[in-house]
Amino acid sequence: MTEEEVALAVKDIIQTVAPDEDVSNLDPALRLREQIDLDSMDFLDIVMELRKLYGVQVPEEDYKELATLGGCVRYLHPKLAGKSLHCATSA
Amino acid sequence: MVYDAIVIGAGMSGLAAALRLALHEKRVLVLEKHELWGGLNSFYTLRGRPFDVGLHALTNFVRPGTPQAKGAPLMRLLRALRIRHEELRLIEQDVSEIVFPGARLAFANDFALLESEVARLFPSQRDGFARLTQLMRAYQLNEERPPPPSARALLERHLSEPLLREMLLLPVLLYGSAREDDTDEQTFAILFRALFLEGLSRPAGGIRTILNLLIRRLKQAGVELRLSAGVQRVLVADGRVRGVVLESAEELAAPLVLSCAGRVETLALAGRPSAPADEGRLSFLESIWILDRPAHALGHRAATSFYSLEERCIYRRPAGLIDARTGVLSSGDNFGAARGPEGELRLTVPASHPAWRALTPEAYAAAKERCADEVAAAVVEAGVTADFRARRVFRDVFTPATIERFTGHRGGAVYGSPTKQLDGATGLDGLVLIGTDQGYLGVVGAMLSGVAMANRHGLAAHAAREALSG
Repeated sequence: MTEEEVALAVKDIIQTVAPDEDVSNLDPALRLREQIDLDSMDFLDIVMELRKLYGVQVPEEDYKELATLGGCVRYLHPKLAGKSLHCATSA
Repeated sequence: MVYDAIVIGAGMSGLAAALRLALHEKRVLVLEKHELWGGLNSFYTLRGRPFDVGLHALTNFVRPGTPQAKGAPLMRLLRALRIRHEELRLIEQDVSEIVFPGARLAFANDFALLESEVARLFPSQRDGFARLTQLMRAYQLNEERPPPPSARALLERHLSEPLLREMLLLPVLLYGSAREDDTDEQTFAILFRALFLEGLSRPAGGIRTILNLLIRRLKQAGVELRLSAGVQRVLVADGRVRGVVLESAEELAAPLVLSCAGRVETLALAGRPSAPADEGRLSFLESIWILDRPAHALGHRAATSFYSLEERCIYRRPAGLIDARTGVLSSGDNFGAARGPEGELRLTVPASHPAWRALTPEAYAAAKERCADEVAAAVVEAGVTADFRARRVFRDVFTPATIERFTGHRGGAVYGSPTKQLDGATGLDGLVLIGTDQGYLGVVGAMLSGVAMANRHGLAAHAAREALSG
């Protein structure tokens, strides 16, 4: 997956978890929580979807890496190398 | 089979907790003492007619896509359980009311109605009410520390008119206070939001609609649900939970046990004592009247009527069997739930569990009929509603003893223990309280409680919260 695809995969997962939020204009440098309505429960769901869809395990101590979209891409890009994008929604 | 979690009780909070954990691929077992799920919110059929127990109305109604829906409890719950709003098939109320001697306040799902009613009846209280409302809108729930103890004190700070204070307090007490004559600030804030800022609705098909949906999802998610499986005790070793022993003596292992059995009841299962003051004292008598026409055909248009025949509302365990001076009238007909040509009116008043338990079987049956008549006479004579009594097709009555039998809550304590445990902790690692004794209220609140405690104790929610807030 390219970095763009990783960003797409993450946005797609956020859309699945929070279907009523607009994820199209997320600023990669800003905290997700400052841009959309996302609580800790939703965050747990995002981690779960990463595991279900891509087999990526995010240990608790790494949760902080996922606070921004840019952080998600940096953290997940190496872990998603060689995996292909599949989207649940059409984000 | 080793489970990741065992849930004691298939009440609303237990079912929601189990589903939440199962969506996160945990292996979950739900144990229910009765042959039916739902706990306090269950259902039965009598003379070919479906009845709900517990649920009058679903509080916390919001319309998806509205500004009000952002972060609202109902929307958070639906997200957590991956349920779509329309699957609940909610039908909104038109109007409800609070009836006191000489004063009637209407409220609806549009908060502007209550604001204008307050301004009309209590013009001097407008500003105070606006301040209170603002405070309630911004109220942040806190699981980490106990809230200020008195809603009456909170109301006195903002409203100088005693009658208005009583009128706002009554629905909150009746729909969720485990304490007599008052409640804490957080409970008041939760219910003020749930009842007034959000609003009331009822699922088409009643509680069955929600329960059927939950049960279907649980099965899809691989949750094991065992009915007629009462828990004899919770297994504890070295201060840690190891599992449970069923009444059948079967042992089941799990590192996490979430219990909606109630605080006192759960601690007893783990062999731990609790203080007498932790036992709830509030229970109810409910009479369900089936009428030969819908309630609105008799001029009764309120979905829910909270009433007090006294200027200072009385909300405590009565000295006798019941106290008909305070109560709720609820009519499913006025939530658009047509019963064909028939109508339904439910009358609920405080009742004393010890008084009902002291009766002989013969006296008990007669007292049910006598008390149901007494309540009906009281609300009709006080003008709370039109005289519906001659329209009776039949009626069913249940008492604190009935509630105790079906919920397992000691004393038929509908709102559980007056001591709430907002973090769910019991002092034993791995044993967690969910549902009414954790402290969230109503059907939506109960389910959110299950979800919140599943997140907190089963899914490492702390790490997630820290990650988000940085």
